[in-house]
Parts: sequence; C-alpha cells; structure tokens
Amino acid sequence: MTTDARKNDGIGKDIVIYICLLGLAALQFVIAYQNIDAAQMLMRMLVVAFIEAGLAALYFMHLGTEKRGFLLFVAVFTIAVLLGLQFGWTDSSRMLRGAPFSRPPM
Amino acid sequence: MSQADLTMEGHTTGLTLGPAFSIPTKKFAMWLFIIADTMTFAGCLVAYGFLRHGTADWPRPFHSITNVALMTFVLLTSSLTMLCGLRSAKAQDKAGAFRWILITAVLGIVFALLHIREWLGLIGEGMTLFKNPWGTPLFGASFFSITGLHLTHVTCGIIALLAVGVRYNGGRYNADDIEVLGLYWHFVDLVWMFVVPLVYLLNLTH
Repeated sequence: MTTDARKNDGIGKDIVIYICLLGLAALQFVIAYQNIDAAQMLMRMLVVAFIEAGLAALYFMHLGTEKRGFLLFVAVFTIAVLLGLQFGWTDSSRMLRGAPFSRPPM
Repeated sequence: MSQADLTMEGHTTGLTLGPAFSIPTKKFAMWLFIIADTMTFAGCLVAYGFLRHGTADWPRPFHSITNVALMTFVLLTSSLTMLCGLRSAKAQDKAGAFRWILITAVLGIVFALLHIREWLGLIGEGMTLFKNPWGTPLFGASFFSITGLHLTHVTCGIIALLAVGVRYNGGRYNADDIEVLGLYWHFVDLVWMFVVPLVYLLNLTH
C-alpha cells in the first residue's frame, strides 16, 4: 500500500490514535487506584497495555498497512516469544508457597 | 559477480532475490531488531514478575504518580511529533521534518531528565541496586535494571534522532531513513506502556 496510501491519510487519524493512547494510559492510572486485589489489577492493566501496544504498532508503526505476510511474521514471532516466557510461573509460586501440587508430608 | 554472469541467455538463474516481504531492507532490519529487543524487554519484565510474585515483602515505595504520568505524556507526545516529522519528510518538506525531529529529540531529553530526577529521588531515600529501606533488595536491582535499560534505549534514540536529523537535513538521508528511525522511537514508547503498570503502578503506596 503502503506509502501512497499513507500519504493520503490525514494527520487527524494520528491525533485520534494519540488521544486514544493518552486515554488508555490514563485508564491504567485509574486502575492503579481501584480497591481490587493485585492479580485482578495486573490483569486489567495488562489488557489495557496490550490494547495500547496494538494501537501503537498498527497505526504509529504502520504495521496495519504492511503486507499481510509481514504482519503475520511479526505477530507469530512476538506471540511465540511472549508465550515461551511463561514457563517459569510455577517455579515462582514455589519460591513463596513451596512446590505446587506436592503432597503434604505423611 | 555481475548481473550478466547471473543471467544466461536472457534467463535468470534465480539467484537474484528481492527483499523479504517486499519491504525495504533497512526497514526489515529494524523490524528484526525490534522483534529481538521485544524478547529482551519481555525477558526482563517476566523475570521481574517472577521475582515480585515469589517475594513476600516486595516494596511499594511510590507515593505519587505525577512524575510517571508526566513522563508518559511526554513520551507519547514525542511519538506524535515523530509521526509529524515522517509526514513532513514524505511530503518533501525538509525544513519541517528536521524541525519535528528536533522537537522529538527535545521531548526525549525532557523524558530522560524526568527519569533521572526520579532516580535521584529514590537514591536519596536510600535505594541502591543492592539495598532499600522498604523490603527485599531485589526491588532496587530489578527497578534500576528495567528502567535503566529503557533509559538507555531512549538515550540511544535521542542520539539517533540528532544524527539522522542532521544528515537528513544535509541531504545524505531520505524519508525512508526517517521512517526506520520512527519505528525505533515508537518501539521505545511501546515498551514504556508495559513498564509503567508493571514497575510503577503495581508498586504504589495505597
């Protein structure tokens, strides 16, 4: 598309995305002052952060206007890395609470 | 080996390949760097989460969100000014593009100064890499590592903005180079969107 189509886009769309990002960032600050437990707070903040990151990647970094194959390439690599890093959580729980799923001593 | 050597009687040998995904090589290289750097930051943030989750006396030293809110605003605004610079560069407005790139660099410097001010405040309260007055010493190590890595990226970005901006203004670089630089700068902004909630907002004193 890409360059020609991008030239035709106005600055208005960039400003709308910028305002959305500011609003989402503000939402994270609001969530930080909610009276909820830490796990719930983390989940809400991460959801907002991923929406922010998606908007920034698609519009500010123009990933949305690149070829579909390239979009898939970036998405698959990034998601694979993020999923691959999730293996340690049971060990993290073990640091605090002992081995997960272990039988109590007889 | 010349192009003629690769071509036999008008038939290509198949050795001349176009750029991957039909995007410019520099841009593709920057995307590969961004994917690799995503791994670095994701590794740091997951390790931080691992430690925070597994440590009972994790400190919550942040009393105010004013500074981090201001830093977020400045960095997001710098992304918008970078886009304006790219737009001007694509429209062949060299002076306008250079001006927007300088504004982006100045916003980056403001962000870095706010960051250093915050560090100095925490150091003044007794926090170092290896100890802090509130709880586990791991907090200082992880906080300074993650925010320091991000600040290093911002500092490199400022240097790159100035270097590329000056060369673009001098006619050695073109709009494509500004676009590649913009990708890096937006990535630094994108990482901050995860650093703020995980490192700052989850550690607010209520």
